[in-house]
Amino acid sequence: MIRRQAIVLLALVGLLVATYLWLYKIGVLGELRCGTGSCEYVQTSRFADLLGVPVAFYGVAGYATLFVIGLAGLEGRFAGDRRLSVLLAALATAGFAFTLYLTYIELFVLHAICRWCVASAAIMTAIWAAAVAGLTRR
Amino acid sequence: MKRFYVLLALVAVAGGGAMWYSSHRQAAPPPAAAPVVAATDGFRGYTLGVESAPVEVTEYSDFECPFCASFATVQMPVIREQLIAPGKLRWRYRDFPLPTHRYSRYAALAAQCGGEQGKFWEMHDQLFEHHQWAQTGKNPRSLFRDFARAVGLDLDKYDACMDGQRYAGRIEASVQEGEAAGVRGTPSFYVNGRPFERSTSDDFKALVDSLTKKHK
Repeated sequence: MIRRQAIVLLALVGLLVATYLWLYKIGVLGELRCGTGSCEYVQTSRFADLLGVPVAFYGVAGYATLFVIGLAGLEGRFAGDRRLSVLLAALATAGFAFTLYLTYIELFVLHAICRWCVASAAIMTAIWAAAVAGLTRR
Repeated sequence: MKRFYVLLALVAVAGGGAMWYSSHRQAAPPPAAAPVVAATDGFRGYTLGVESAPVEVTEYSDFECPFCASFATVQMPVIREQLIAPGKLRWRYRDFPLPTHRYSRYAALAAQCGGEQGKFWEMHDQLFEHHQWAQTGKNPRSLFRDFARAVGLDLDKYDACMDGQRYAGRIEASVQEGEAAGVRGTPSFYVNGRPFERSTSDDFKALVDSLTKKHK
């Protein structure tokens, strides 16, 4: 249960981060608060869109899905349901793989780091670890 | 469990509040330029029309100025079609970003970076035709990049040009030239070095007619 709570909490924080980046991308926010990072450079690069959709929106959709499923998994009737654990682990693995791809692009193609993207990557990695750990536990 | 839901609610409210606050803050200007030195490359602005045209108009304009946008989208298409295309008029565009406009120098830079790749007028048209950016107060960097993509610029070259503020000196030189010529507002028009105070396509047609008659 504690792992699913962790997933839900992390997914909520990830959802906030992804929403922030998405709102910037669609022009609702005028600037990104990034400190010393290269957020705008990354967010306005050609890799910030995938199939015509802002990458940040995939994050919003992914985290929202993890959040809803994780929240459902906290309900009594689903608490011991292994199918939910498998679903969470599968989604988290897909998210983690996407995160690895984006981090690769930042480090080796753009040579720029967006702090918010790093934060999202760390959150997704933690979700993945918790989801996989939840899978192995009987 | 109840405490956990309270925690979720607190995180959601705090995060949402931070975003709301961020969206209502005044946007910071694009990367600030170092003090700009006017370029001495002799660049005299992008032109439309043939060199042999009997009349040349120099326009001092500001991409953020609403009157300039109105002129560019309402009057200029007629001028292009009826005067420039037939070879009666040559048009020279000079930047005159007003200091009261937050993003006009940045927009001028975007147009110059388009010009570097042979697409100044295409960027000029994008900046004026989609002029909503000038009313929002939001940082237009991402939008300008979309314009650059839309007109077919090489985005890597465009980014390098914008990040390096490659043509800031040209823009400053244009401003200094305008000030020396007596420009006070935008758009301002000059014909053979003399101010031309009117600004409709009919005014320009009458001007061209009168000047070409004189030459005959």
